[in-house]
Amino acid sequence: MHLAYPAVLAALLFCVGLYGVLARRNAILVLMSVELMLNAVNLNLVAFDVWLRDALHAGQALTLFTIAIAAAEIGIGLAIVLMVHRNRGTSDVDRLRDTAEPRQGAGAPDESTDSTGEHPGEKAEAAA
Amino acid sequence: MILAAAQTNPGFLSPSGVGVAFLLVGLVTLGAAIVSVTTKQLVHAALWLVVALGGLAVEYLLLTAEFIAWVQVLIYVGSVVVLLLFGLMLTKAPIGRSPDADSANRPVALAVALAAAAALVWVVVDAFSTTWIKLDGPAQGSTGVTGEILFRHWVLPFEALSVLLLAALVGAIVLSRKKPEGERD
Repeated sequence: MHLAYPAVLAALLFCVGLYGVLARRNAILVLMSVELMLNAVNLNLVAFDVWLRDALHAGQALTLFTIAIAAAEIGIGLAIVLMVHRNRGTSDVDRLRDTAEPRQGAGAPDESTDSTGEHPGEKAEAAA
Repeated sequence: MILAAAQTNPGFLSPSGVGVAFLLVGLVTLGAAIVSVTTKQLVHAALWLVVALGGLAVEYLLLTAEFIAWVQVLIYVGSVVVLLLFGLMLTKAPIGRSPDADSANRPVALAVALAAAAALVWVVVDAFSTTWIKLDGPAQGSTGVTGEILFRHWVLPFEALSVLLLAALVGAIVLSRKKPEGERD
């Protein structure tokens, strides 16, 4: 089998995941796209391991480690997303902009209702 | 040298049966992945992800990596997608079509992804256009071989990984535990 098949498939899957990470708004959909990117890397590792006939099977061992780390990552990520959703009532990554620079003029109107901590003090400071 | 390589290697336009199967399953996998990142229904995205990950498991089987394929089915299809579905339900994701599934910077994301795909595919095809995987001979990733290698040469990373998984488990529990009433979160 041609080595270009798995390599090209992995590259395309990675780019699909990249598009998902950049274009999705829901944090859980972003996590799904991250999984796609990790799987593309796994496919590359397995394909090159089989191609090189590695005596240590480094590619397959690293694939297993990547799968385990991806499982840990999805657990922690979902816990964080659930906590954010419980505190803010939303899991849209576009609306979590507490650490962003405030836009020119007034910020988005939903920000001041969402966040309870820093924004009123900041606005008072700006007004003073 | 190129002539010798052409003599020993199969032709570019006469792929083997495994190659054809790999190509077809790869097309299904890629299509499912694209639908999964573009669909407007959040639960359908998770279900299309199952198709994509299952297709990747079949690709591993075609590459004779048997153990990886079953681990892929068990962990990704069995647990990660179920976790994602639970997360979607717990964050009260809308069931029908949600028009705001994509953020506003979608054209930029599309441009970045297309540029990355073009660059990567060009480089990869240029680099590996004359290399073939020889799939006959002993299987590279049968379960016996993988277990032997994993517990002979990769024991220390394996144990470190188990500690990492334990830490992730404890961290997830701590993060998702409900705080007592008086405590500010």
